[in-house]
Amino acid sequence: MASQSPPPDTSAPEQKHWLVRPSTIRLLWIGGIALLVGVTGAELTLDDPHTYFGADGLFGFNAWYGFLTCAAMVVGAKLLGYAIKRPDDYYGPDGEETR
Amino acid sequence: MLGLLPPGLILIAAAALLPFTSGRLRDTVLLAAPLLAIAQVMALPAGASLTLDWLGEELVPLRVDAISRLFGLIFSIMGFLGALFALRQQRLAELVAAFLYAGSAIGVAFAGDLLTVFVYWELMAVASALIVWSGGMAGSFGAAMRYIFVHFLGGVLLMAGIIWHIVEGGGTGFGLIGLAHPSGWLILAGFLINAGAWPLSSWVGDAYPEASYSGTVFLSAFTTKTAVYVLWRAFPGTELLIVVGLIMVFYGIIYALLENDMRRILAYSIVNQVGFMVTGIGIGTEMALNGAASHAFAHIIYKALLLMAAGSVLLQTGRRRCSELGGLFQSMPVTTLCAIVGALAISAFPLTSGFVSKSMISDAAAHEHLGLAWFLLTAASAGVFLHAGIKFPWFVFFQKDSGLRPPDPPWHMKAAMILAAILCVGIGVYPAPLYALLPFEVEFAPYTAEHVIEMLELLLFAGLAFFVLLPLMKRTRTISLDTDFLWRRVGPALWRLGLALLTAAGALGGRLLTSAGRLGSSVSGRVVGPQGLFALTLETGLTILVLTIALAAALWFTLGPDLMAAMGGG
Repeated sequence: MASQSPPPDTSAPEQKHWLVRPSTIRLLWIGGIALLVGVTGAELTLDDPHTYFGADGLFGFNAWYGFLTCAAMVVGAKLLGYAIKRPDDYYGPDGEETR
Repeated sequence: MLGLLPPGLILIAAAALLPFTSGRLRDTVLLAAPLLAIAQVMALPAGASLTLDWLGEELVPLRVDAISRLFGLIFSIMGFLGALFALRQQRLAELVAAFLYAGSAIGVAFAGDLLTVFVYWELMAVASALIVWSGGMAGSFGAAMRYIFVHFLGGVLLMAGIIWHIVEGGGTGFGLIGLAHPSGWLILAGFLINAGAWPLSSWVGDAYPEASYSGTVFLSAFTTKTAVYVLWRAFPGTELLIVVGLIMVFYGIIYALLENDMRRILAYSIVNQVGFMVTGIGIGTEMALNGAASHAFAHIIYKALLLMAAGSVLLQTGRRRCSELGGLFQSMPVTTLCAIVGALAISAFPLTSGFVSKSMISDAAAHEHLGLAWFLLTAASAGVFLHAGIKFPWFVFFQKDSGLRPPDPPWHMKAAMILAAILCVGIGVYPAPLYALLPFEVEFAPYTAEHVIEMLELLLFAGLAFFVLLPLMKRTRTISLDTDFLWRRVGPALWRLGLALLTAAGALGGRLLTSAGRLGSSVSGRVVGPQGLFALTLETGLTILVLTIALAAALWFTLGPDLMAAMGGG
C-alpha cells in the first residue's frame, strides 16, 4: 500500500479544496439547474419531434420520466433494503463462510 | 504471417510460457502476446475456416466472420489493457489464469462447432475461478468455490444440451439453435448462467469483488460477454430473452443502489449492462443485434476502465467500502478523471462510446413498437447514470472527505486507464470504425439534435434525482441478500437438520436394539446384550470401511459376471 500523508485539517472552509467549498457547491447547484432548464428548453427548437408511443412526444418527457423513474428506483431499492439488507459480516468476517 | 492460427492460442501459449519468465522478459510476453493476437484477429480473412476430424465428428476451431472478428478483437484488446494494468502483479497464478481465460474467450469467439465452444467454455470457468481464488482476500477462496460450482452447473446443462442436440441430428455446427427442441432450452440455460441472468446472477456480485485489484478487470470482460456472443449466434430473436434481459437490467440497478462495496457496485452494474445486450438479442432485428454487439464492445472497455479505477483505489488505500472512502479526487486526479470518463460512457452520455451503442438497442425496441420494453429500457438508461454513472465516482472520489490522500497508481496502471478512456471517447466521437465492424449495415445516426437533447434530458434529470434523494442513499456497512442465500444458508441448514434427524434416528434405533437385547439376553446375551456384538460402538472410519466392503461385494455379485463377460474373461 502506498504511503499516505496525514489528513490535512479540513475544518476551516477556506482550507478546503476549492471544489468542495460551500460557495463552489452553491455555484454548482445554480449552474446545474440552469443546465437542466437549458436542455429542456432546447426541446422547443426541434421541429416535429418523433414520437412512437404518444407519451414520449409530450413536452419534457425524458426530463420528468427520467426524474420520476429514478426516484421510484431509489425509493424501491430503499424499501427492498429493509427486507434484504444484512450487516456485511452476515456470512462471516470478510464475507467468508464460518464453519 | 501466422496463417490460419486461431488467435486465442497465442494467449494460451503465452500463459504456458509465463511461469518460465521474469523481469523484462515477462513484461514483454505480457504485452506482446495480446498485441500479436490483435494483429492475427485483423489479419484473418473473412470467411476463412479450419476443420479437423475428431472421432468421426467435424471440429471447426476457426471460423471467421464479422461477429466472431468483433468479439475476438475486443477480447484481444482487453487482454492487452488488462495485461498493461496488471504488469506489476506479483501473483503469477493470476497472470497465467488471466491469459488462459482471455485466450479461451477468443477461442469461443472463433469456434465454429459446439464441442470446441464447450471445451473453451470450461477452460474459461476453471481459469476465471483461479483468478478469483488467487485474489488474496479473506473471502477469495469461498467465493471461488461458489463461483466454480455455479459454472460447473452451467457446464453440465450445456454439455447435456449439446449432446442431445447432436444425437437428435442437429449436427455439431455452432449456429442458430432456437427453442424448438428441449435440447435448445438446456443450451440456453447453460449460456444464461454465464451471462449472469437472474435467478443465478448472484455469482457476479459474489465473486468479482473478491479477486485482486487487477483480477477483477479481467473477470469483468470475458465470461458474461462470451455468453452474449453465444446467445447472439444461437438465440437471436428469442422473445424470452427480452424478459430475461429486462429483469437483469433492473436487478443490476437495484442491487447496485443498495451496495456499499465499490467493486460490487460495478459487478452488479455488469449484470445491468449485459441485460441491455440480452434484451437486444431478444428483439432480434438487425438494428437490435448490431446494438447488442456494439454495446458489448463498448461495454468491455468502459467497464474495464471503471474497474481499473476501483482497483487503483483498492491498491492505493487498501479499502473497498464506499462508507470508508471519499475525497480521493484531491490526490488521485488521473484516476478520478478516468473514472468519470468511464462513468459517462456507461451512462451513454453523448460523445462517449455508450451513447453510440446503447441507443441502438432502445431505438430498435421503438422501431418494433415494443412499448413496455422501450419505456423500461428508457427508465433503465436513467437508472444506469444513477447507480454507476454518479454513485460510483461520487462516493469513492467525492462525497465526505475520508482524509485519505493516496497518490495515483504506478505509471502502467495510469497508462491502461488513459488508453481505455481515450477509446471510450474516441468511439463516441467517431463511431464509424466500430460501425464498420458490425455484422449488419448500420442505418443509425446517433448524433441528431433530437437524440442528443433527449439523452441529455434523461441523464441530467436522473442526476438531479440522485442529489435530491441523496439522504436516502446513505452508505451503510451492509450486504444485500440474494438467491445465493439458498446455498449459503438454507442448504447448509437443511443438511445439518438432516444429519441431526439421522443421528436421532440412529440413537433411537440403538435404544430399541438395547431393549431387545435385554429381552433376549437370557438366550443370546453375548450377541445383543449391552456388551454384545450388536452394541459395539465402531469408529466412523471403521464403519465406512465395513460399508465400503459390503457395497463392493454387492456390486461384484450383481455386476461382476457381466463385467467379466464384457472383458472376455467369461
